[in-house]
Amino acid sequence: MKRDKNRWNKRTKVLILTVMLTVVLLFIYMIGLLIPGEAAGTDLRHAGQAPSWAHLFGTDNLGRDLLMRSLKGLSVSMTVGIAASCISAVIAILVGIAAAIGSRHVDGVVNWIIDLMMGIPHTVLIILISFSLGRGLRGVLAGIAATHWTSLARLIRGEVLQLRSQHYIAVSRRLGKTSGWIMIHHMLPHLAPQFTVGLILMFPHAILHEASISFLGYGLPPEQPAIGIILAESMRYLSAGMWWMAVLPGLMLVVIVLMIDRMGENLRKVIDPCSAQE
Amino acid sequence: MILKRFAIYLIRVFSLLFAVSVISFALVSASPVDPVQQYIMGAGPVSGEQRSEIEAYWGVDRPAAERYFSWTSALLHGDFGVSLLYRRPVIEIISERFRNSLALMMCAWVFSGVIGYSLGCVMGMNRDRWQDKIIRKLCYLLGSIPTFWIGLVFLMVFAVVLGWFPVGFSTPIGMRDSEVTIWQRLHHLVLPAFTLSLMSFSNTALHTRQKMIDVMNSEYILFARARGEGRWTLFWRHGLRNTVLPAVTLQFASFAELFGGSVLAENVFSYPGLGSAVAAAGLNSDVPLLLGITLFSTLFVCVGNMTANLLYGIIDPQIREVRQ
Repeated sequence: MKRDKNRWNKRTKVLILTVMLTVVLLFIYMIGLLIPGEAAGTDLRHAGQAPSWAHLFGTDNLGRDLLMRSLKGLSVSMTVGIAASCISAVIAILVGIAAAIGSRHVDGVVNWIIDLMMGIPHTVLIILISFSLGRGLRGVLAGIAATHWTSLARLIRGEVLQLRSQHYIAVSRRLGKTSGWIMIHHMLPHLAPQFTVGLILMFPHAILHEASISFLGYGLPPEQPAIGIILAESMRYLSAGMWWMAVLPGLMLVVIVLMIDRMGENLRKVIDPCSAQE
Repeated sequence: MILKRFAIYLIRVFSLLFAVSVISFALVSASPVDPVQQYIMGAGPVSGEQRSEIEAYWGVDRPAAERYFSWTSALLHGDFGVSLLYRRPVIEIISERFRNSLALMMCAWVFSGVIGYSLGCVMGMNRDRWQDKIIRKLCYLLGSIPTFWIGLVFLMVFAVVLGWFPVGFSTPIGMRDSEVTIWQRLHHLVLPAFTLSLMSFSNTALHTRQKMIDVMNSEYILFARARGEGRWTLFWRHGLRNTVLPAVTLQFASFAELFGGSVLAENVFSYPGLGSAVAAAGLNSDVPLLLGITLFSTLFVCVGNMTANLLYGIIDPQIREVRQ
């Protein structure tokens, strides 16, 4: 019994857990994508039913099955969140590197821009950007992408600054390598783990922001089953006692976000041994 | 010295406000939504002549730069324009709604500060024991829960099912402002404020935990232990004094999240504050109100950050010396 427990060391366990989380998340995502539109279609005969075996999450006021609708909504939210984080991460790495290897003025300007982005409350800024792009999907994507890069950019800037003072970089420079060569061969491989972890840990924030912006009515059009829209609709039926409309889809969102967060943390433990000791 | 630093901060704040005004104006001008059309929709049927009159009055046909300058010069005279949605001067709406929002945000701010700091101290003093583990899990969990959903659940449990608190708004429906007592206001405030504070206390708690652990690992604590000081004395003499200031500073620096969260909380609870006004302004294409609130919220966040920075400098002598 005791040998069984020790057969896998901590790292292997973390790896297995991460892979399992990834598989489950991908599974949920694929289900959401593959569900046909009719499965979440209107069916007024079954409107406003409490959760039962036929409808695990119950049905809403138009008789749409909430489990199907939430799954579809989650995959939409995940797509938007992941796409926006990727754009944001690319901005972060470009800005971070520019700040670190550019002149003092570039650094000052970048820091000023970061201060500026942090000076406007994110929700207000996303509302503004979404308004300027005429709401809808594009607005949310641009809004979330524009607001999430700041902390990762700061992290990358610090990392590059630290790398620059390393001896092997100085040697490489003396050997006559260009800055571009050093960047690609020495710096980017060093940044890759930080970047990946930062990117994955950005997903939950982006997904939550997408949900809250859709909840406010800015994101996707109301016909689209996004999780924020389901929750916004549920608000109207709260006093009618239809608790399942608000609780279950929201709970699902929380579980998914927690899973992605855990996945990112585990990946950090695997990639970055220093933080694993905490 | 402090005066000079204060002046530098003021310059920074003004440069930030200027940049925000340019950016937000550019964003709003780029919007495909036609403000004149929106205005007319609210005002009822108008003829073509009246429409062009409105257009000329608003200067829609003029270039954006010119409009920007006339807008900012009006701003500097204290004129934020007239809200399309409420048909009243923007500055009036902001000052009225800000009073509601301020009550909400300050309650949430104090709640989250007190709860976050005490939980952080409990965690830091009991490092790696069960109290620490449970509270830390709770903090991480709260970080992943959307504010508006927690608000919805609270609304359902405490307002609809249990009936302890009213379902929304800042005052009982159908009462005049002068008739509302302070208790009724507080009664309406509890649920939204608690929701809002849940969002932000985990940050303060985790930060305080780290600081407390650093303090408890220091050599003066080792010496104090050797002198025979008990846990409570250790906390009172050393822990509290060294950790309360970073926590207060962090709280001041969190004004941006506080405002962002209040937009969501106010919408869930139909609370008539700035947050619900900004969401409504964007949805109804009320450009003057949207711009006004954006500028105002930036100013609000700046004041918070500035207070945090000044607090650092004034109270902590080490930082003051480094800066000099």
